[in-house]
Amino acid sequence: MTKRKNKKLLTPEILKQAIVGSVKKLDPRYMFKNPVMFVVEIGFIITLTLTIVPGLFGESDTGLRTYNLIVSIILLATVLFANFAESVAEGRGKAQAASLKKTQKNTEAHLLDRDGNKTLVSSGDLKKDDIVIVMAGEIIPGDGEVIEGIASVDESAITGESAPVVRESGGDFSSVTGGTTVVSDWLKIRITSDPGNSFLNRMIALVEGASRKKTPNEIALNTLLISLTIIFLIVIVTLYPIGMYCGIQLPVSTLIALMVCLIPTTIGGLLSAIGIAGIDRVNRFNVFAMSGKAVEACGDVDTMILDKTGTITFGNRLAADFFPVKGVNRSDLIRCAALTSLHDETPEGKSTLELARSLGDNSEEIPGSSFMEFTAQTRMSGVDLPDGTKVRKGASDAIEQYVTSQGGKVPADLHAHVETVSSLGGTPLVVCQNNQALGVIYLKDTVKPGMVERFERLRAIGIKTIMCTGDNPLTAATIAKEAGVDGFIAECKPEDKISVIKKEQAEGKIVAMTGDGTNDAPALAQANVGLAMNSGTTAAKEAANMVDLDSDPTKILEVVEIGKQLLITRGSLTTFSIANDIAKYFAIIPAMFMAIIPQVGVLNIMQLSTQNSAILSALIFNAIIIPCLIPLAMKGVKYRPMSSEKILARNMMIYGLGGVITPFIGIKIIDTIIAPILTAIGI
Amino acid sequence: MIQLVLTLIIYLILVIPVGRYLYHIAAEKRTFADPLFDRVDGAIYKLSGIEPHKGMNWKQYAMALIGTNAVMTAIGYILLRIQSIPLFNPNSIEGMEPTLAFNTIISFMTNTNLQHYSGESGLSYLSQMLVIIFMMFVSAASGYSACMAFIRGLAGKTKDNVGNFFADLVRITTRVLLPFSLIGGLLLVWQGVPQNFSKNVVVQTMEGTFQVLAMGPVAALEIIKHLGTNGGGFFGGNSATPMENPTILSNLIELYSMMLLPGACVITFGKMLSDGRLRYQESNSPGNAPVRREGITARIFGKEGRSIFLGMGILFLAGLSLCFRAEQQGNPVLAELGLNQSEGNMEGKEVRFGIAQSALFTTVTTSFTTGTVNNMHDTLTPLGGMVPMLHMMLNCVFGGKGVGLMNMILYAILAVFICGLMVGRTPEYLGKKIEGREMKLTALAIMIHPLLILAFSALAVATAAGQAGITNPGFHGLSQVLYEYASSAANNGSGFEGLADNTYFWNITTGIVMFLGRYLPIVIQLAIAGSLMKKNYVNESTGTLSTGSVGFAVILVFVVYIFAALTFFPALVLGPIAEHLTLLG
Repeated sequence: MTKRKNKKLLTPEILKQAIVGSVKKLDPRYMFKNPVMFVVEIGFIITLTLTIVPGLFGESDTGLRTYNLIVSIILLATVLFANFAESVAEGRGKAQAASLKKTQKNTEAHLLDRDGNKTLVSSGDLKKDDIVIVMAGEIIPGDGEVIEGIASVDESAITGESAPVVRESGGDFSSVTGGTTVVSDWLKIRITSDPGNSFLNRMIALVEGASRKKTPNEIALNTLLISLTIIFLIVIVTLYPIGMYCGIQLPVSTLIALMVCLIPTTIGGLLSAIGIAGIDRVNRFNVFAMSGKAVEACGDVDTMILDKTGTITFGNRLAADFFPVKGVNRSDLIRCAALTSLHDETPEGKSTLELARSLGDNSEEIPGSSFMEFTAQTRMSGVDLPDGTKVRKGASDAIEQYVTSQGGKVPADLHAHVETVSSLGGTPLVVCQNNQALGVIYLKDTVKPGMVERFERLRAIGIKTIMCTGDNPLTAATIAKEAGVDGFIAECKPEDKISVIKKEQAEGKIVAMTGDGTNDAPALAQANVGLAMNSGTTAAKEAANMVDLDSDPTKILEVVEIGKQLLITRGSLTTFSIANDIAKYFAIIPAMFMAIIPQVGVLNIMQLSTQNSAILSALIFNAIIIPCLIPLAMKGVKYRPMSSEKILARNMMIYGLGGVITPFIGIKIIDTIIAPILTAIGI
Repeated sequence: MIQLVLTLIIYLILVIPVGRYLYHIAAEKRTFADPLFDRVDGAIYKLSGIEPHKGMNWKQYAMALIGTNAVMTAIGYILLRIQSIPLFNPNSIEGMEPTLAFNTIISFMTNTNLQHYSGESGLSYLSQMLVIIFMMFVSAASGYSACMAFIRGLAGKTKDNVGNFFADLVRITTRVLLPFSLIGGLLLVWQGVPQNFSKNVVVQTMEGTFQVLAMGPVAALEIIKHLGTNGGGFFGGNSATPMENPTILSNLIELYSMMLLPGACVITFGKMLSDGRLRYQESNSPGNAPVRREGITARIFGKEGRSIFLGMGILFLAGLSLCFRAEQQGNPVLAELGLNQSEGNMEGKEVRFGIAQSALFTTVTTSFTTGTVNNMHDTLTPLGGMVPMLHMMLNCVFGGKGVGLMNMILYAILAVFICGLMVGRTPEYLGKKIEGREMKLTALAIMIHPLLILAFSALAVATAAGQAGITNPGFHGLSQVLYEYASSAANNGSGFEGLADNTYFWNITTGIVMFLGRYLPIVIQLAIAGSLMKKNYVNESTGTLSTGSVGFAVILVFVVYIFAALTFFPALVLGPIAEHLTLLG
């Protein structure tokens, strides 16, 4: 799956597929799954029959034939439009699936037996726990875990990210995905999935929509739509005898027209498209959701458990300030710190130099200097200048020892500075020149830009954030305050994560978390929404219900918004669909009864020209509103983080009130257009 | 106008303490009268072998309710058939015909009180007391018990105990219905309502003709008729006759007694839910979290009760205004003939009540599903008559004791389902997720009402047996039919009158409608409560939909109008609306 640059809703290819699909889906066995549209299809069949045999239900007026035909055509169009919406939504997934399938072609694999003999087999024959060896330039034949070797792997086939990643045995970077390519070196891999059940297979199945199940909320909404359909069926069926009693013989096709207008065809036609499009939006965001249910659960998230490192902060400690000890010039401290960092390629060194430069230091490398790199033994780095001056920076105890060994004395206030930095949540680096300690560099874990605003947004929509970190409580508190998260767990062990998730869940909260390591797997499984990083271990990916192909943990925030947007779209279009009924009543009811009870004409508030034109206009509006709303169903209703009251008020205004008013205008316009045409053909 | 406003303000003042009292009964909290009632109840429990603290799950509760009602129905049916025996039968009333007895017993057991007979000529005093008055107590208590079980389920104190039906039935009867009836009954006697076992009295009127004055234990029936939202009159003329409702004061007593308990139910609901919520919050953050002080309305009605009460109130006022205005404007046809209509449409109304008290009584009796009448609904103007019909079709504008609230909760579930999605969460109500099972049950319960009314109306107008009962031509005839079935399905019992309904067809069909309209929804609603109480509370945050707000009340009103009213719109257009429009010419 390449990152989709093509954001267009429709490509000619999808359009073609969708048109074919919408006709294919007319199959009653398929339509039956969508009861609302199935009723419309039955209505179509009845009116079509009435077109051929107008007198079937004892109606004498043979002039109804053309009218019945027009009603049939509009009903057919309604069903086709609904099918088209679903096909378009599926189309994009199918296109994705097709490009994924290309990478799924059977490849050759070198199977290793116990004695280390290589046999050439097809990748399709690989079973779980088989061991294969993959050399540079070969495609990894299936999902697995690296048990030996280290190699760079091009995963662009899955993630769209062109830069290769390193995979090695042990640790959190040991999982590989079938279909990706080893670029350099070799890997010995134990296969972890049976044929046909690989990550890629599941991904294809999901984006294709083959394994799509209705989500619990979709089922519940469908129940509501079915019950509305049944209620209106009751209304229409009983209206016939009641009308007869009042001396009005209602044509069957008109009754069907009224019924189709009243049952929630708009949302019924778009419901599955909304669901598919929601998952598709997540997919295109390069997050791979295992089910629609997972996306839906995102909308309900109350608490987010986030790792500090990588999610909230960059994880690298960057220089933030210099604290000289008493009697030392600040500029001297900065100069020496800069000198030690000229060739220091660690993030700490680079950022020290950057900070020094920004504070006006411009010391250059003095020719003849010899640099010493940071090692775990010395725990310091530095430079020996040509004049014999030795400048060092490093961990405070290491430098203290160094200064003492050089015959110097540790300044009295150095400890105070070191403490201050620690209490700020930072890491102190002490700088010394020969036997004199100069001061402290304040290294800080930096919060990613934009995170503060994001947490504010989350708070506005009632989502609580909890930061997990292995840092001490002091450091954790500082970062938590700076980032603006609602809570934190310091010195956090994997089991702490599970217990905090369980605690939140016991309070009835829906919890989301991100993770990548094997020890995150139980917590990912426990959380309602678990987002695993694609770079993570297989165990983590299997425990999660979403996988982020870009391995960017901050994306959980957007995924939650997509989930909410999906639900809002569903609710808004339902409201719109139901609100439309008012106008349709005012179009059709007067038209039905006006011939016998002329006074009912007062209810014809839209001043529709003729009775037939009024009924047909309402029916046409009912049909074309479906394709008109396809873009909205695909893109989703605009979502802004606000309190629930504001969102509700806003959407009620747009889709509730709008749903009442729009059809009045729409039906009137259609009536103005079709009335002369109808007169011309004599209806 | 001022009269109406004052009447309603007094109601609001009265309903609050009654609501508090009911809440204490339902939640088994202490009340001032406990020392007395505990002894009475204890004796009853002992006598009938009830273990009041043995909880039931929703299925057991529903079975107990239906079983008890079935036994009472059987006994009542026999009594009606053999009432000719000379026991409390000074007027020598004959035994009842089978279909009429079937209709009558179902009518009273289901709290409907649809009367296809005239009390003064159709029932002995024994039947009036042992069947009618008895049923008026127990059917009201049954409905209210079901509602208490329903609320307990929603408040979710435990996972499956909704209370003990028998204990509820006893407690409501002894602690609410009997004492309230006693006070109200005596007030009515003070206003001149008869309460005796005398034979009917024949008097010579001032014009010199003779008139029979019906007697009997009227006041006793009259008070429970309203208090229990029953509605069946002692006499055919119901509360329009001076014997049942002699003065404007007695009219107010009757009005308030039918409004009090359904309104109080909503308060009970609100307060019990606040309790549940509080308990849940405390169990999560013991002690330390300061409990947020609620506003005054939230403290009186409970946060959730407030929006429900407001929603019902808006629907009620909308109906009342329409009815009042329509009646006030009078009949244009009569005005054209030169009859002065400045007093409004006084046809079929009592002069001592006038337009305002008649319109109010009409709207109240159908909103609170009592069914008693102080004026002839058949002679209301078409739009004025549409209001009572519509409110029975909505069946949730306060509604009968307990059941109206349960119906409204169904609409609240529908409202949160749609609105919940619109704020971007899967729907939740009262701290519980609304999922497939609840939606299925809600949809089913909501479907029953229009199905019963429309299908049986269609049957009646399409068959000769049905048509035979219709006494008016055209649209008004259709209104008669719709009204009769709406009244039956809503367990209201108010008659449009004019319908010749004591026939096999009408007795049997309305009997079926009343039966299904009563028990199906109650069982389904208890099932919903049973399903919700098993669920864990979900978290409440700024991101969740608040269902205690004014905004939600407004949405609720729209949901009721769209889901319930739109269903009946075509039928209403052909009935009262067409009649109204043709009347205007």
